[in-house]
Amino acid sequence: MEQTIAGRAYVLGDDIDTDQIIPAEHLVYSLSDPEEKKNYGKFALSGVPQDNAGLPEGNKLFVEEGKFESEYTIIIGGKNFGCGSSREHAPACLKIAGIQAIIATSYARIFYRNSVDGGFFIPFEFSDELVNDICTGDNLTINVETGTLTNNSSSRTFKLQPLGEVAEIVKAGDIFEYARKAGMI
Amino acid sequence: MGLTITEKILAAHAGKDKVTPGETIWVDVDVLMTHDVCGPGTISIFKEQFGENAKVFDREKVVIIPDHYIFTSDKHANRNIDILREFVSEQNLPYYYDVGTENYKGVCHLALAQEGHNRPGEVLFGTDSHTCTSGAFGMFSTGIGNTDAAFILGTGKLWVKVPESMQFKFTGKFPDYIMAKDIILQVIGDIGVDGATYRTMEWTGNAIMNFSMEERMTLCNMAIEGGGKNAVIEADEVTLKYVKERTNKPYNIYRSDYDANYYFKKAYDASTMEPVVAKPHSPDNKALVRECSDVKIDRSYIGSCTGGKYTDFLAAANILDGKKVAVNTFIVPATTEVYKDLENKTLNGKTLLNIFKEAGCEIGDASCAACLGGPKDTFGRTHGTEVVVSTTNRNFPGRMGSKQSEVYLASPYTAAASALTGRITDPREMLN
Repeated sequence: MEQTIAGRAYVLGDDIDTDQIIPAEHLVYSLSDPEEKKNYGKFALSGVPQDNAGLPEGNKLFVEEGKFESEYTIIIGGKNFGCGSSREHAPACLKIAGIQAIIATSYARIFYRNSVDGGFFIPFEFSDELVNDICTGDNLTINVETGTLTNNSSSRTFKLQPLGEVAEIVKAGDIFEYARKAGMI
Repeated sequence: MGLTITEKILAAHAGKDKVTPGETIWVDVDVLMTHDVCGPGTISIFKEQFGENAKVFDREKVVIIPDHYIFTSDKHANRNIDILREFVSEQNLPYYYDVGTENYKGVCHLALAQEGHNRPGEVLFGTDSHTCTSGAFGMFSTGIGNTDAAFILGTGKLWVKVPESMQFKFTGKFPDYIMAKDIILQVIGDIGVDGATYRTMEWTGNAIMNFSMEERMTLCNMAIEGGGKNAVIEADEVTLKYVKERTNKPYNIYRSDYDANYYFKKAYDASTMEPVVAKPHSPDNKALVRECSDVKIDRSYIGSCTGGKYTDFLAAANILDGKKVAVNTFIVPATTEVYKDLENKTLNGKTLLNIFKEAGCEIGDASCAACLGGPKDTFGRTHGTEVVVSTTNRNFPGRMGSKQSEVYLASPYTAAASALTGRITDPREMLN
C-alpha cells in the first residue's frame, strides 16, 4: 500500500448512487479484458447531473471527452456515498479512471465492502463534511500511515477516521490476500 | 439477553451459540446467486484467484439466473450470457435458468423464491443489492459484489459484520387500497435512504403477517433503499406453504426472542396508512399520492422484482378492467411464471393479459427490463424528459435510462390509476 496519496480533488455531494457512478447501460463491458475495461474509465461518474458534477461550481467533467482517465485522483463525497446497486463496476470504474482514494462522510455498505474486499482503493471517512472545505481541483495529500489529509491549496490538515474492522484487509491488499495470510485459503 | 432472528441465523452459520451486533464473523453460505451483469466478473475473479481448473465449493449451492439484459441486440450483453453458459457447463451446475430455453425464468429475486431456493433459516448471498428480498422467507440474505461472490465460489464462506436490528411493527388492518409498496415507501420516507445502513430491517405485527409472500417480498426488496444490510420476516404457515410447494430441502425456523435487543422499535397503526409515492430523484422523497394529483405523467410502468409479481398485476387489473389508459403503459412480468399467470388467471371472466391488452397497455417479456435503464433498445426505457410513475424500486437520476426523465415510485394500484388519468392519481378515486 502506498503511504502517501497525492493529487487533485473531485468534489461530490450526498447520496451519490451507483447509477450516477456508472450508468447501467455501460455494465456490459468486460472487467478483465484490458482494452474493453478502459470503457469503464471513460464513463465513470457520467451519470452525475451536471449541476452536481465537481462542486462547488458544478459542470466539471470527471473524464474529458474522448479520454479514458480522469485528471482527478481523490474523490471527496458527502453522506451515503455509493448507495444503490451492488455492482462492483462502481469502485472498479473509479479505479480504472485513476482514483486512488475516496473520502466521504459515510458510505453505503456494499460499495464500502466492495472497495475494501476488491482492493480498489481505501474508502476513508471523515466526521464533518469536507465538501464545504475542499473545492474541485484543490491539491490534496493523504498520509495513509497517520490517517491525515492535507489540502495544499488552503494549507489545512484534517484527521481522518480510523479504518476499524477492515484495517487488516486494507493492509493485506484485498480479501484474498487477507485470507491467504490468515491461512484460510 | 435474547437474540433476534438475524443474530440466531448468523450465529448458527458461524458455529457459535450467540453473536453480538458489531462483531465480525465468518459464515458458511447456503446459496450463492449471480446473474448476467455480475456473473462474468465473478467468474473471472474466481479463476484468477483459485486457478483455471478450480471447482466451485459446492455445485448444489450455486444458482445462476440471467435476467438483466436479455432481449437486446447489444453484443457485449449477449456475450456475457455466453460466459455464464460456458461456466455452468464446465462446472456442471444444476441450477441455471438459461435464456431462450423452457427453463428461462426472469428476475432473479422472484425466480429464487419460485424455484425453491429461498428456505427459512438459511444464509443466501447474491451479486445484486435487492437480494435482501429473500429475507421475506425468514432467512438472512444480502447483496455483495463480484469479489465477495468469487471468494464464496472458492471457499463457501464470507465475513459479515453482525448488524443491529430495527423493528418495524404494523398492527391492525391495512385499508384495501394499501399495498406493501405503500408501506415500504412510507418507512423509507421516515428513516431516509441511509436510515438503516449496516442494519437489519425486521418486519412484524399482525398486519405484516396478513400479507402474502409476494407482498412480504416487496417489503423486504426495498430494505436496501433504506441502506439496510438485510430485511427479515419470521417464517409462519404462509411461508411454509409457499416453500413446501417448491422444495423438499430441509430448513430451520428462527424467531426473535421477546427480550432481544433492537437498535430501535417503531410501531405503526396499519389502519391509518395512505397511498404514498417517492418523488424524483430519491426513494425517500416521500409524498402522499393525493398531494401529487397535479403532477402530469407521460408513462406508467408496472414491472420488476418489486412491482411485477402476480398480485401486483391483479391489483393493476382491478383498476384497468374495462377502461383505456391515457398514457403509454408498460406491463413487464418479473418471471415467466408470472407471464403464465397473466395468460391463465382471470378477473371478472377475462384473463389479466386480455384486460391489459384491451386497456391499451404494451406487454413485455419477463426480465429486469427498464427498471434499471439498460441498453438503448430495452423495453420501456426512457430516452428523454419522460415523467414516469413506476412500480420499480429506485428513482435516482438516470435510473430508468435518461438523466432528464423523472420517476415517481408507487404501488401497482397508484400506477394503474395514474395510467387512466395521465396524472398521479390516488387509487381511492378508482376503487370507490
